[in-house]
Amino acid sequence: MTSSTSSRNRRRMLKTAAATCALVASTLGAQATEELNALVWCDHTDPELILPFEEKFDVRVNLKEYEGTGTAMAIVEQSQPGDWDVFVIDGVDVPRAIDADLLAPLPKDQLPTGDLFPALVMPENHSRDGEVYAISEKFGYNTISFNKSKVDPEDMKDMTVLWSDKYKGKIAVYDYYLPVMGMVAAGLGKTTADLTADDLPEIKETLFKIKDNAKLVGEVVSSQTAIATGEVDILVGGGEWVTAGLAADNPDLDWILPEQGAMRWSQSIGVFKDSEKKDLATEFVKYILSPDAQAKLATSSCYWAMPANAKAGEKMTDQQKTALRWDDQEAYIANSQLYPAPSAELDAQMQDAWTEFLQH
Amino acid sequence: MTARARQTSHDLKPWGFVAPALLWTLCFFVAPFLVMAAMSLWERVGTDLVASWSFVNYAKFFERGHYLEAMLNSLEVTVIVTVTSILLAYPFAWILAEKVPARWQRLALVLAILPFWTSYVVRSYSWLLVLANNGVINQVLLAMGIVDDPLSLANSRSATVIGFVHFFVMLLTLTIYANLVQLPPNYRKAAQDLGANGLQTFWHVILPLTLPGIMVGAFLTFVLCIGDYITPQILGGNQELLMPQVIMLQIGRRADFPTASALAILLMVVVTIAYLGFARWIRLERA
Repeated sequence: MTSSTSSRNRRRMLKTAAATCALVASTLGAQATEELNALVWCDHTDPELILPFEEKFDVRVNLKEYEGTGTAMAIVEQSQPGDWDVFVIDGVDVPRAIDADLLAPLPKDQLPTGDLFPALVMPENHSRDGEVYAISEKFGYNTISFNKSKVDPEDMKDMTVLWSDKYKGKIAVYDYYLPVMGMVAAGLGKTTADLTADDLPEIKETLFKIKDNAKLVGEVVSSQTAIATGEVDILVGGGEWVTAGLAADNPDLDWILPEQGAMRWSQSIGVFKDSEKKDLATEFVKYILSPDAQAKLATSSCYWAMPANAKAGEKMTDQQKTALRWDDQEAYIANSQLYPAPSAELDAQMQDAWTEFLQH
Repeated sequence: MTARARQTSHDLKPWGFVAPALLWTLCFFVAPFLVMAAMSLWERVGTDLVASWSFVNYAKFFERGHYLEAMLNSLEVTVIVTVTSILLAYPFAWILAEKVPARWQRLALVLAILPFWTSYVVRSYSWLLVLANNGVINQVLLAMGIVDDPLSLANSRSATVIGFVHFFVMLLTLTIYANLVQLPPNYRKAAQDLGANGLQTFWHVILPLTLPGIMVGAFLTFVLCIGDYITPQILGGNQELLMPQVIMLQIGRRADFPTASALAILLMVVVTIAYLGFARWIRLERA
């Protein structure tokens, strides 16, 4: 080895070492001073949604995804008080979280309540004794998704086609008992808020007819895969959250609210009562409700749905708003009911009926 | 050190070796199991868990036909998977042990277990795509003119069985292969010297001697299959429910851990009965 080669190697080594040190230093420097722990649905995990908040407040947001309020409750029960700061929860389950004394009151004057679609304010769910414990952040419908190249869109306007045998073997059912049983109840002319155990036999009988026509009953990925790959042509319980994100690649996938109506779901966000960073957690809630973040949340990579804040429309493209049926929202909201929020006893009976439906 | 102290130290030494494993089992199997057994005697009343110390959750299993049906479905699927996997794995293991040259056997085994290296969930979703109406199998059948319309393969019990068998054939191949390569060639030669033909040699000598390998693999298949949630959930399309799915249904929204625990204990009882059935062949002590 010549001395010049040796010198070059030494310089290269020194440069590499310096670069490594700089990288380590910058990484250490970039480490946030605080951490915020949020229990969320999968649509909150896109970096482009979370990063702006992290950078603005010099905080690292740790996101734990969950499915099903029962799972979330179990996670919270197994945690230490203060472990969690922010809670994203099914809108109909907020009263359950308030009953369990999990949520802290939010500062009403700092929330953009006036900017929400009026039906999404839901004081009966979010407020108790004059305090606001959560606020809607996103909503959509459990209704009918379909492939319009295979199915007559006119047929989809009448929910009863699902329990006739016209599309036998071409139907998938979303595997979540509350919205689908609510949909069937609406199809039978019932009001979901007034459901009792006496309504269950008729709902169950109709569900069994749907099962006879169904190719599968699947969770989000399975049912989405089934309609996207042509395994089925109709998804009962689907909606914009299934098809809107796929519409760019497959324009034949569409969704509709039948004349009998559909179920409206919503997700809410609140701050844990035992959080030691309530101010920062409240800032996170305010950030998620801002038009910019709402537009990102509405079109998240996990699933699309309507932002609760109507001002988010200014931040969304026409194509995005068309896929979400932005202009139809007034009529859709009027023709939809919140999905059932049964008492614990009725909930158990509904789940039992659903188990029988799956086993049918 | 006195002789007595030396003896005590000698007696305690084996415990020192097994203590970590014992402690691990106590902490992560025995203790959680006891908690689960206790929880199965509680009750979900409204939104509360109540320590009622009753067998009400066990009674539900026998009162509600769909729970019992789920157990029967689980047993049927598990037996079909176990028997099919044995029938496919045995010839495969035989070819590996007897026909593949010794220097290629290691590579062949690695290739055989290659599917183990992919994620279980990814593999199940892959099967869903392969078995779909426009999946590979239906495309080939349609292209060859064997069928006019796509066969309904995905989202069915058949799909669940196919997904399971794909996984467990590999497991059984390993246990049967390990058994086959340990058989001294003299046994086969002795049988032939005594006038047995190939089939008789296999039936009266080879098969009985490889039964332990088959049974160990079959028991592992039984246990893993009957407790699996992912495969039936992804591939079965909820056309029927198996026990793990019914257990998960209790937890998903209502967090009914007492009922879920009772159903899990009942599933363990079935596994224990299966173990007693297999125990004759899966003795762990050295001969």
